[in-house]
Amino acid sequence: MDIKVDHVSKAYGKQQVLRDLSCVLPEGKTTCIRGNSGCGKTTLIRLLLGLDVPDKGKIEGISDRKISAVFQEDRLCENLSAASNIRLVCIETITDRELEEAYKAVALTEVWQKPVRELSGGMRRRVSILRALLAESDCVIMDEPLRGLDEKTKAKTIDYILKKTEGKTLIFVTHEEKEAVWLKADRTVDILMKY
Amino acid sequence: MMRSITNDRAKTDNGTKYTGIRILAVFFWIVIWQFASMYLKQEILLASPVSVVRKLFELIFSGNFWKSVGFSFVRIVAGFFLAMLLGIFLAILAYWSKIVEILISPVITVVKSIPVASFIILCLIWIPSRNLSVFISFLMVLPVIYTNILEGIRQTDRKILEMAKVFRVNLRRQIRYIYVSQVLPYFLSACRLSLGMCWKAGVAAEVIGVPSGSIGEKLYNAKIYLNTPDLFAWTIVIIVISFVFEKCFLGIVSRIVYMIEHR
Repeated sequence: MDIKVDHVSKAYGKQQVLRDLSCVLPEGKTTCIRGNSGCGKTTLIRLLLGLDVPDKGKIEGISDRKISAVFQEDRLCENLSAASNIRLVCIETITDRELEEAYKAVALTEVWQKPVRELSGGMRRRVSILRALLAESDCVIMDEPLRGLDEKTKAKTIDYILKKTEGKTLIFVTHEEKEAVWLKADRTVDILMKY
Repeated sequence: MMRSITNDRAKTDNGTKYTGIRILAVFFWIVIWQFASMYLKQEILLASPVSVVRKLFELIFSGNFWKSVGFSFVRIVAGFFLAMLLGIFLAILAYWSKIVEILISPVITVVKSIPVASFIILCLIWIPSRNLSVFISFLMVLPVIYTNILEGIRQTDRKILEMAKVFRVNLRRQIRYIYVSQVLPYFLSACRLSLGMCWKAGVAAEVIGVPSGSIGEKLYNAKIYLNTPDLFAWTIVIIVISFVFEKCFLGIVSRIVYMIEHR
């Protein structure tokens, strides 16, 4: 079932962030959501994740899904190792072999046992990407997942994201044109700011 | 490869760096104490460290010493544990229900504000003096544990909880890997604070209630007979017991948390 965003508006206090947004995010396809900083991309993600409720309009086809996500911040448990942060969300659904392959794919092999507070920003980002990709889900939502990664790692990580989300609904938020091109998205939603 | 979720809490400064300086500081004050006592030349005003140590050894080798230590220890520690368990339970209840928090709030405020001496005298009317220290140490610890645990739960990172919600992490695992980690520093700091308080208040209750065979009774007798070396020796005993218990208890708590998070 496609996800339908139907005339959604959302304000925080007096600040109107989203105004009458409508779009369809097709089932099993990759959708790239683009827009400049502050245009409401993250607000849309929060609405899709069910962390906020729209002031007006509705979102259909999301409530009964198994969702995994990369948030704008890493949202990792600082005391846990990279491996434990991943296992926290998918301990029953992942084998050691899968986990090892995943570390290799995003170049985290050396650091998976370290507490995430000791990892660099880019490494932490990749841990949160792995967490979203390895958790059991049929819809993966990623809010600027490649932020802080160098070009080479970005390319490698995007390949792995596309491989792991094959057949799943992938919603990928970015404000970088290059990432949108690499992603080869089936659909692109541009959020424009209206002043 | 390890399949469990492992937690590697930041290793804090264990204080070993300044051990030498700390020992020297203690030694420095003992020397000052000795000189002050030599200057005054009146043991009744200020017993010298030497006579206090001598008295301490006399006490340790007397049968009554261990009975008194046991008597006070069991009661004060029982009060501490009862308050700890109830404080945690009430904090969780207050976190889930604002009504419970509002209901508990006046009691906690009253307990925090009333001077311990008033409580002791008031409670002597209700409770036999033998068990007064249990109740007084309970009353001193309860507000500290309750307030800190509630604050710790409230300060749990909302963003991590949102992550847990999105990934459908069940409550049991949330408690084990998210809440325990985040509340632990608040709990440890509450324990550090309240362990000292419960010993002070518990012994004060015994000094006022004078239950037979308690440390408080010994302190009371030392006061009555102006036996200053005795008074100093028992005070040192209280400090040592309180210090050792605090270290052991906090060590055990850290070990238990480590086991919970690594099992």
